[in-house]
Amino acid sequence: MGWLTTSLNRSIGKKFVMALTGSLLMLFLIIHLIGNLTLYGGREAFNGYVETLEVVKPVVRVIEVILAAIFIFHIFNGVRLWWENKKANPGKYAINANKEITTFSSRTTIVTGSIIFIFLVLHLSTFWYQFNISGHPETGSFEFYDIVVYWFNQPVYSIVYIIAVLLLGFHLNHGFQSAFQTFGWNNKKYFPVIKLTGTIYAIVISLGFASIPLYFLLTGGK
Amino acid sequence: MGGEKLNLTLKIWRQNSPDDKGQFEEFKVEISPDASILEMLDELNNDLEREGKRPVAFESDCREGICGTCGIVINGHPHGPLPKTATCQLHMRNFKNGDVIYLEPFRAAAFPIIRDLIVDRSGFDKIQQAGAYISFNTGGAPDANSIPIGKDVAAAALDAAECIGCGACVAACKNSSAMLFVGAKVSQYALLPQGQPERYKRVQTMVAAMDEAGFGSCTNTYACEAECPKGISIMNIARMNRDFIKAKIVEQEVDI
Repeated sequence: MGWLTTSLNRSIGKKFVMALTGSLLMLFLIIHLIGNLTLYGGREAFNGYVETLEVVKPVVRVIEVILAAIFIFHIFNGVRLWWENKKANPGKYAINANKEITTFSSRTTIVTGSIIFIFLVLHLSTFWYQFNISGHPETGSFEFYDIVVYWFNQPVYSIVYIIAVLLLGFHLNHGFQSAFQTFGWNNKKYFPVIKLTGTIYAIVISLGFASIPLYFLLTGGK
Repeated sequence: MGGEKLNLTLKIWRQNSPDDKGQFEEFKVEISPDASILEMLDELNNDLEREGKRPVAFESDCREGICGTCGIVINGHPHGPLPKTATCQLHMRNFKNGDVIYLEPFRAAAFPIIRDLIVDRSGFDKIQQAGAYISFNTGGAPDANSIPIGKDVAAAALDAAECIGCGACVAACKNSSAMLFVGAKVSQYALLPQGQPERYKRVQTMVAAMDEAGFGSCTNTYACEAECPKGISIMNIARMNRDFIKAKIVEQEVDI
């Protein structure tokens, strides 16, 4: 398997890993958002959705392990690329013209990515941990809807959540078109369509996720 | 021709040797708007030599935008602010009286500065030697047009072959990646029938040489395409990625 590690450690190989893991994470986000939208259906709809997942728990666990591996590959590889690319580039020019010719999304993947990672740790240590292990932080019950209400009624938590998913939008706006380019699925004819689709995808995902804590903040989730 | 002379302030990067730290040095010049930026440096150097000072070191050759020798970062843009224009083709009429102009070398770890505005681009030579050729038995020259090639294919190959190997893509990239250059070189052969026998070997050896020469990895910001004096398209990078991935998955491995 020497060829595989050599290939994946080549510059294009590292890009390929970013694109492949990123694409899988983008698919996961769609599924995650659709699930979360059941919160708009109220307590029964959401609890019903989570309990359906409980029925297929072994499958969910396997998917979680795969997801964790994908996340780790994406994060590890991204940080490594950033570090290596920093070493390859000795410094800035007196006038930074880079801003005129590149997009904010493309220049800031390491920054948005790092913030999303911190958010991910927070997200897992609250929602994932309490849904799976500890239950409601006050009552210890596994009334899933109440856990959501508990957190999203806290303005600080909700605002952090909203900021993180908006930054995620910028990350996705770069990532979507970038994945197509890296796989080589790109040419002049459909590149504008890919970029537009990516931007629409990023907006839908980030506004979709951001709308939920906003809804709870405004309505209290009742 | 002619017109009012321009009074400009130049801030030029001066660095004696690769190990030297280097800094900007300021010069005041009065120059005709019809002069190119290199002619302005020629005049400045005449003055410096007359005064017994060390002239500014910069590279140039054809001065008609096709050799790829010249290359200065002008106000943060490799080859200056005009799109699809090499440094030697940039004329002072594009600047205003009283402008301050920063002149710097291409900056990349893989392009060590030799002196002032001259960098060592031998990394590109190593990439070229790793596969930018076709192999065939010598003998009588084959008949022209013995292999029919469609106009559209020829045009796409020539678009890729327009790359002059100047290194502006590397200089523009925040990662100092050479992928636009290598993508163009890989593509110009990949598009033509003569390039097919070594197509998947070439992409592997050239990418390996690129990595070994210390260039960064592409993160698809497309700064390279915006700054390229020949307008080389990032679709050449997509083609290289496609060929590389295909080569690694289904073709003979040549990079272990």
